Order: sequence, then structure tokens, then C-alpha cells
Amino acid sequence: MPAFITNFFIALRQIFIGTKSYYLWVGFLLIPILAGLATYFGQQAPNGLIVTAMRDQVSWGFYISNFTFLVGVAAAAVLLVVPAYVYNFKPIKEIVLFGELMAITAICMCLMFIIIDMGHPERAWHILPFIGMMNFPSSLLAWDVLVLNGYLAINSFVAFYVLYKLSTGKDYNMSLILPLIILSIPWAVSIHTVTAFLYNGLGARPFWNASILAPRFLASAFCSGPALMILLFQIIRKVSDAEIDDRAIFKIAELIAYAMGINLFLLGAEVFKDFYTGSVHAASIQYLYLGLHGYSALVPWIWFATVLNISAFFLFLVPKTRHNFTTLNMACIFVVIGIYIEKGMGLVVPGFVPDTLGEIYEYSPTKTEILISIGVWATGALIYTLLLKFALPIYTGKLRFASSTPQINPKVA
Amino acid sequence: MTDRRTFIKDAALALGGIAIPHGNADAATWESFFQTHFREMDATEKKRVVERLEKEYSEKYKKDITVGVEKAIPGVLFGYGLDLSRCIGCRRCVYACVDENNQSKDPQVQWISVLRFKKGEKWSDLEDSEKYYNPAQVPEEEYFYMPVQCQQCENPPCVRSCPTQATWKEPDGIVVVDYNWCIGCRYCMAACPYGARRFNWGEPGRKAEEINPKTHYLGNRPRPRGVVEKCTFCIQRSRNGRYPACVEVCPVGARKFGNLLDPKSEIRYLIEHKRVFRLKEDLNTNPKFYYFFAYGR
Repeated sequence: MPAFITNFFIALRQIFIGTKSYYLWVGFLLIPILAGLATYFGQQAPNGLIVTAMRDQVSWGFYISNFTFLVGVAAAAVLLVVPAYVYNFKPIKEIVLFGELMAITAICMCLMFIIIDMGHPERAWHILPFIGMMNFPSSLLAWDVLVLNGYLAINSFVAFYVLYKLSTGKDYNMSLILPLIILSIPWAVSIHTVTAFLYNGLGARPFWNASILAPRFLASAFCSGPALMILLFQIIRKVSDAEIDDRAIFKIAELIAYAMGINLFLLGAEVFKDFYTGSVHAASIQYLYLGLHGYSALVPWIWFATVLNISAFFLFLVPKTRHNFTTLNMACIFVVIGIYIEKGMGLVVPGFVPDTLGEIYEYSPTKTEILISIGVWATGALIYTLLLKFALPIYTGKLRFASSTPQINPKVA
Repeated sequence: MTDRRTFIKDAALALGGIAIPHGNADAATWESFFQTHFREMDATEKKRVVERLEKEYSEKYKKDITVGVEKAIPGVLFGYGLDLSRCIGCRRCVYACVDENNQSKDPQVQWISVLRFKKGEKWSDLEDSEKYYNPAQVPEEEYFYMPVQCQQCENPPCVRSCPTQATWKEPDGIVVVDYNWCIGCRYCMAACPYGARRFNWGEPGRKAEEINPKTHYLGNRPRPRGVVEKCTFCIQRSRNGRYPACVEVCPVGARKFGNLLDPKSEIRYLIEHKRVFRLKEDLNTNPKFYYFFAYGR
């Protein structure tokens, strides 16, 4: 057996060896995962999507909302690469790997959310090229399948190649990896653009059929993804010996400030156009922000999100609050929650309200939908945890293989 | 295309004989899992699939059910006319459609929505319409009615959006769904500007005695859970020279149906001589469903 395969399994063993708090954390994650699985296989699989609150009027709901938000996270995690390579900013360069692992995790979660939203998941192969009947290039959903899986492949390759090279103590071949990293930048933009176009291209839904949608998607992704990463970086350096430079964190925080500025500006542009024109196409945005004909399920949520986003903008913008970890973390949490609402339910549901025949059906997810979704989120957390557990000993240099004879530093655990 | 199917079949079986469904009874499960797209089947394959489906349906509903695969008649492009000056909002079309097309009754699935508007109020955006009106008697003096169903667009956004080509426009202009190919992603429902598509959120429920045994593969055959369905101009009737059920049942003759390519057809006459319009024409979907006013009132 080639040495690198043996070494892979030795490294893989790391995920089973950990401290008590590691086991506790994994055990803690298994509870919602099992609950989610039980709900999916116990309720949704045998009864169908009727166990959700989705109906013909609002035919996409909580699952697709989560999917949309996570595409943004996946895209933005890699967009950290931009400052690292464009400005050759070393502190960020060192942590690109964590962003890539996040991208892998987020894409896996996206795929899970798509699968649980399907009426016939066992027919998923129908969408594949060659063996199925992929409607390419006509269907934007076909495009999405291609770009998401391509993105998963690129990031997996880069991350595991870098880890492999690190593990043998050799420097990785920049001429091989740099083109891929450079490619991953427009690709990250593309996954979010294609996902935006998926909504954007539907003339039937004026709320989505606005050219500003894709730019807004990107701007908001630039906020939520990096904010999530800042929070995770602090956890990573706390629970491991990985060194993450404060300067990297503050630089990313600064970038979020700009992204949020653009995001709020684009939102303002959209709000102005819809409300000032006041055409019948403003009904959905009216439903979202003010309520329509007495229906206002989303109104408190979207205002909550708006307040969070605006407060976070200032916290990120002012150097003093940006460089203070208490206010910085507050801002990050605000952004993650704010964008989760805005680019999740706040984007998907109003597209369907009122529906194309003017009917208003108020959607709010059932307990089943929520339980299954929490299960997916917990699975994502588990995937990221395991990826880190695998990668960290190599990253920090604790685990090194001589080219042929595997050796393990006894300190690893 | 047989190659492709054999390949995945072999690949799946090679996955270590994990064959979950076993034995004769479950052979059909595998058959249906590996069934190819309707448009890629040759005649023998269609025959085999139809036989399997007929057997399955007949066993389930304990009566003989036929599944037709009649092709589009050359030189025919179906068009529909709906006279808004006549419609009285009785919804007989809605129920005749359900009777004919084997929709689920529990949960309720209907392909036609009748919208009610107050006379003298704006109705362009449909938002002020009422779908669940329930008066003691129709028509009501102060209202008018507009039934909406699949508009059979010549430029259908649903077809464009479907990621698996499970829905397409037939040569006679009818937009159909292969219920065995639809993955249930519901992107077509988001794309449809006319709210014409229905999803089987739960297991379709319908009593055996209520099943219309004369079906078409692309139309009113019993549907599985988790797929999208829609009006097909009663493909099982129209391709055999009959009117759709809604046309036949309309008590006031508000519904017209015919061949758009036949200059002498009634549908052509009304398009050329009446004040016609199509729904949401700004979207350029080019519906073959014409609303018109035969007389003013």
C-alpha cells in the first residue's frame, strides 16, 4: 500500500482520539443529528413533504432558505483568499485552509438541504449529465448543481493536497496549487451568482426578478461568511495550538465593514425603487417590511435583521469596536443572524407572497422542518469538527510523516 | 440510451448486492427506479412500462385501468378560449376536471382556480381576487369570474427551469410532465406565472370507484407522491378527438377549444373576431389560452 494512504489512515485516526471535551462536543452534536434523522425517516420520508408547512402557494420554505444562506457562507469562506493573495497578506494566507474546510462543510450542508427538500431524492441521478437528463444550459438549477459540485471538488482537492504536503514536511507546489486557488475565487463568486440567478431569472416573481439580486447576494455573503469565520477562528485557536494572528481577524473585520456598507446601500436602492415607484410589483417587499392585507408574519423578523445588520455595520466600521473582541464578536453574531434572516426566509418566502394569482398564504415552518434542519446544521458542525480534528495536527506540525516510515508524535491527542 | 440505463443498473447492483427490494414483487420497484425518460423510450420499452403501470394501478384500485401513450396528431396545435362575459363562476369545470383527471381528493388537488373580482375594481395584478368565494348562488351581480389553469405557453418558463427535463412541450403544444422522471424540486412551480402547477405534498388519496380508468401516461394516470402535476388539456381526450372535460361541462358555453392551425376552427374564429387577451402578456410566455369577451355586459 502506498505510504500516503497508510499515512492518511494514521491521520484519520486522530478524529477518534481526543480530550474529554472533544468527546462531549461530538456527543452533544449527535443528539440533534439523531433527532433530525429520526424525524426525517420517521415522518417526512414515509408521509411526504406534507409534514412541512409548504404548499402550492409557497412551494419553497425553510429548507431552501437555509440552502441559500449556506451557499453564501461557502462562497465567502474562500473569498478570504482574495486579500491573502492579492495583497500577499501573510496572516490571512496562513488561515485560508480553515476557510476552505468551511467551504467544503457548507457545500455538504447545501446538498443535504436540497436532498431533504426533494419530493423524490432517490431520483437525484436524473439531474446528472450523461446518466440522467440534465437540462443544461437551460435550467439554472442544473448550473447550480455543476458549480456547487465543482466548487466542492476544487476546495477538497486544494485542502487535502496542502495537508498532504504539510504532513510530509514538504512545501507544497505553489505552481500547482496557485492556479486552483486563483480559480476558486471566481468560482466562489459564481456559486453565489448562479444561486442568485436561480431566483433572479423568474419573471413570474417580481420580488426576485430584480437585477440587484446577485450583487446583493454577494455583498451579504461577504458579511455572513467571514463573520462566521472570525468566530470560528477564535474557537479554533482556543481549543488547539493553531496560531491565528489577531491582525488577520481585524483585517477580515474591516472587510466585513465594507461589505456590509455595500449590502445596506444595495438594500436601500431596492427599497427605494420598490416603494417610491409603488407599482403592483411592490406587494412582496411590502409584505416583508410592512405586512400586506393584515398578514405580517415576516415583519418583526426582517426589522430585527435590519437593526442587527445596521448595528453590526457600525461596530465593524469603527476601529475601536472592531479591535475589541467583545464588541467584535457581538458584531459577528449580529451579522450571522441578520444575514441568516435576510438571505434566508426573508428572501425565499416573500417571492411566493402574494402568489402568482394574488393569494396570500402565510408560511412558517413546522416543527418537523425545524427539527430536520437543526439536524443538518448539527451534521455540518460535526463535519467541520472532524475536518479540523483531522487537519489541525498536520497544520500545527504535530503530525509529520517521514517520506516512507510513518511516525507519530506522541504528544498528539 | 439502453446502454446508459444498463450501466447504472449494473453499477447499482454491483454495490455489493445490497439490493434492498428483493424477490418478484419488488422487481417492479427496481424497474420503476431504473425507468428511463419517457421521450427516450422506444416502442417496446413504452409497451413494457405501460404494462407494468397498468398492472400496478389495476392491482391497487382493483379495476382495469388503461394507460395510453397516444402521440400528438400532426398538424394540430391546441388552443383554448375562455369567454369572461359568459363565465358565471360555478366551478363545475373545477370538479369535472378533478373527476376526469384523477387528482387527489385528500389532500385536495385542483388544476383550475376560479378567481372572483369585484366589478369596477382593479384586477390587473390579481391581488384583489378571491379564490375561496362561497356564496349561496352564482353568478353574483357585483362580481365577475376568471378561471385560471395551465396556459400551455408556447414559451413556457416551467420547461426552461426544470433541471431534469421532466416537463416539456409536446408537438401539439401541450406542456406535460413525466411523473416517473420528476424529482420533486418544484422549481417549475416557482417559475410558473399562472399558479398552474400542483405538487403532491402527501400520498394522493382517491377512492377506487372514483378513479377514471381511461388514462394517458402524460396526463391523468394515477400520480405518485412527491411529483408535480398540471392541466394537460385532458390529453387523454383531446388526442382522441374529444373536448377537455372542462369544455364539455361548462353550462354556459364559456369554454372553447380547438386546433390553432386550422383556419376554420372555432378557436381561430374567436381569436380573429373577438376582443381577446392573454394573461400576463408582458412576461412573453405566449400562452395558447385566450380570454375573450363575446359580448359586453
